[in-house]
Amino acid sequence: MAIDLKSLTISKARISLERGDFTAVSLAEAYLSEIKKSDSSIHAYLEVFDDVLEQAKLADQKIKRGEKGALLGIPLAIKDNILIEGRRVGAASKILEGYVAPYDSTVTRKLKEAGAIFLGRTNMDEFAMGSSTENSAYGPSKNPFDKERVPGGSSGGSAASIAANFALAALGSDTGGSIRQPAAFCGLVGLKPTYGSVSRYGLIAMGSSLDVIGPLTKNIKDAEILYSVIKGKDKMDSTSIDLDDNLKIPAKMRVGDFSDFIDMVGKNGIDREVLSNYRQSLDKLSKLGYEIKKIKTDVTALTYSLPVYYVVMPAEVSANLSRFDGMRFGFYKDGGSNLLSDYKATRGAGFGKETRRRIILGTYVLSSGYYDAYYGRAVAIQGLIKETMAKIFEEVDLVATPTTPTAAFKFGAKVSNPVEMYLADIFTVTANMAGIPAVSLPSGFTEIDGKKLPLGFQLMSAHGKDQYLFKAGKDFLGE
Amino acid sequence: MIKIEEIEKLAELARISLTEDEKAGLQKDIDGVLLYVGQIKNLKAEMADVSPVTENVMRTDEVLNASGEYTEKLIKAAPKSENGFVKVKKIL
Repeated sequence: MAIDLKSLTISKARISLERGDFTAVSLAEAYLSEIKKSDSSIHAYLEVFDDVLEQAKLADQKIKRGEKGALLGIPLAIKDNILIEGRRVGAASKILEGYVAPYDSTVTRKLKEAGAIFLGRTNMDEFAMGSSTENSAYGPSKNPFDKERVPGGSSGGSAASIAANFALAALGSDTGGSIRQPAAFCGLVGLKPTYGSVSRYGLIAMGSSLDVIGPLTKNIKDAEILYSVIKGKDKMDSTSIDLDDNLKIPAKMRVGDFSDFIDMVGKNGIDREVLSNYRQSLDKLSKLGYEIKKIKTDVTALTYSLPVYYVVMPAEVSANLSRFDGMRFGFYKDGGSNLLSDYKATRGAGFGKETRRRIILGTYVLSSGYYDAYYGRAVAIQGLIKETMAKIFEEVDLVATPTTPTAAFKFGAKVSNPVEMYLADIFTVTANMAGIPAVSLPSGFTEIDGKKLPLGFQLMSAHGKDQYLFKAGKDFLGE
Repeated sequence: MIKIEEIEKLAELARISLTEDEKAGLQKDIDGVLLYVGQIKNLKAEMADVSPVTENVMRTDEVLNASGEYTEKLIKAAPKSENGFVKVKKIL
C-alpha cells in the first residue's frame, strides 16, 4: 500500500507496523524515495545513511518476533551535532571534516534501544550558532513552505526534513531557541526540555550551561513519546537530572499573558500578524477552560535575557571550542614552523565567520579588565532572570509568548548585521537562561507574497514541569 | 570603538589566524554586538543576590573501559600520527 507520509505520526506508524499495514522496510523506503526525489532542492540532510534499509530489516525481524519498543521501526533524522558510533558527525563545520564518532551519545543509545531507525544527519548552523542554517559550512537548508525563505535554525535541517516528509520526527538541540524557532518556521512542534532532563553526553557542546537536546515532531504526542525515550539522569553527564514522572497537573491551568513583556522587547520588529495570532491563541486556550492572567511580577530583568545570553553563551563557546586544534581530530591546516602556527592556521581556516565572531567575543568578555563588566554582570542578571521566572510561576502555571517575532525570513535578510539575526531569539532565549522547559506549538499561518507561512505559539512552564506543556499542548492542538 | 590591535590580541589569545579583511570585519561586528550587550550595565544586579543554582557532583574516578579499547579509534581520528602517538610539530 502507498503510505500517506503527510498525515503519519509516530503513534499511528507504531500501530500500523504492529498490525502489519506496512513494514519498517516499506516505511523507510517511502522516506528514502521522498528524499531522493526532492532533497536536492531542500538540502535538509548533510548525509543520508547507506544502511537505512538494513536497519529497517532488523526492525521488521524484531516486530515479527513480537518485540516491543516505543520507536521500533520509526525513521528519524538526527541533527549533525549528536554522535552515532561509527558515523560521520561534524556540527556542519569544516573543522570536523572527516570526523567519525567513536561512541554513541546517550540519546542515540536510548533511541537504538527503543528500536528507532536513523535516516541521516541533518544540516544546521555551524556548531548550532545561528537562526537560519545560513552559517552551515555546507550551504543552507530551504524552508519547504517557501524555498526563498530560511527553515530557521540552528536545527533547520531537522525541521525541514519533517516538513518535507523526509523523516517522521527528528532530534535537535536548543541553546537559545534552536529547536523552537525552526519548529515555528516549519509548522511543527518543537520541545526544549528542562535543562539537564536529557543527557548531553555525546552532544557537540556549544554553551554547556544552556544546551539541551529535544524533539521536533508533527504533533505534541510524538514529542512526548520521543522525550520519554531520551530523558533521564545519566552518569556520563553530571548536570543531568531525573524529573518527577507523576507530577500532579492542575485541573484548571493559569496562563500568563505576556503582552507587557512583548511590548517592552518587541517594539521594533515584531510583526502585526504575529501579535494577532498570539491573541487568537490565548483566546483559544481561554475557550478550552484555561485562565488567562496578566502577570503582576516586574518583568524588567527578563528584557535583558538576550543581551545576557550574548555574553554567557560566547564565553562558553570560546572555552568549548578550544578543543578544535587540528591535532586530535578533524581538519588540519599546515601553518608553518611550529605547533602554535598550526593551531592558528587550522582554526582560522576551519571555523566559519559566525563561529570565529563568537569565539573572539567570548574571549573578550572573559578577558581581565572586561570580565566583571560583562561576564560577571551577565551571570548576576541571569540569577535575576531565574528568580523572576520562579516568581511568575507562583502566579501562573504557564507563560505564553509568540515563538518568533516574525514568520520565516528570506535568505540574506539578516546576514549583514549579526545583531539582527540574534533578535530572532528574543522570545525563546529566556527559557534557556532560566533552565525551564518551553514548547513551540503550530498556531496557524500568515500569508506573505502569496505563500502561506507557519507561525508558532510558545508556552513555558516552571523548572521540571515539562508535563504541563504536554497537557496544554494536547488541549491546544486538539489531540 | 574596539581597536584593531585589540582584535589582533583577542585572535592571538583564541589562536585564530585572521586576514586583514577579516580583522576589519570582526572589528565592525564585535563593536555592534558589544554596543547591544552593553545595555546589561544599566541593570543593577549584585552577585550576592543570587542563590547558588549549581551543586557539586562527586563520582569515583573509575576506568569504565578496557585498557586500549579506544586507542586505535582515537589515534586514527588524528590528522597525523605515528606508532600509536599523535604527531605534532615542535612547540618552540
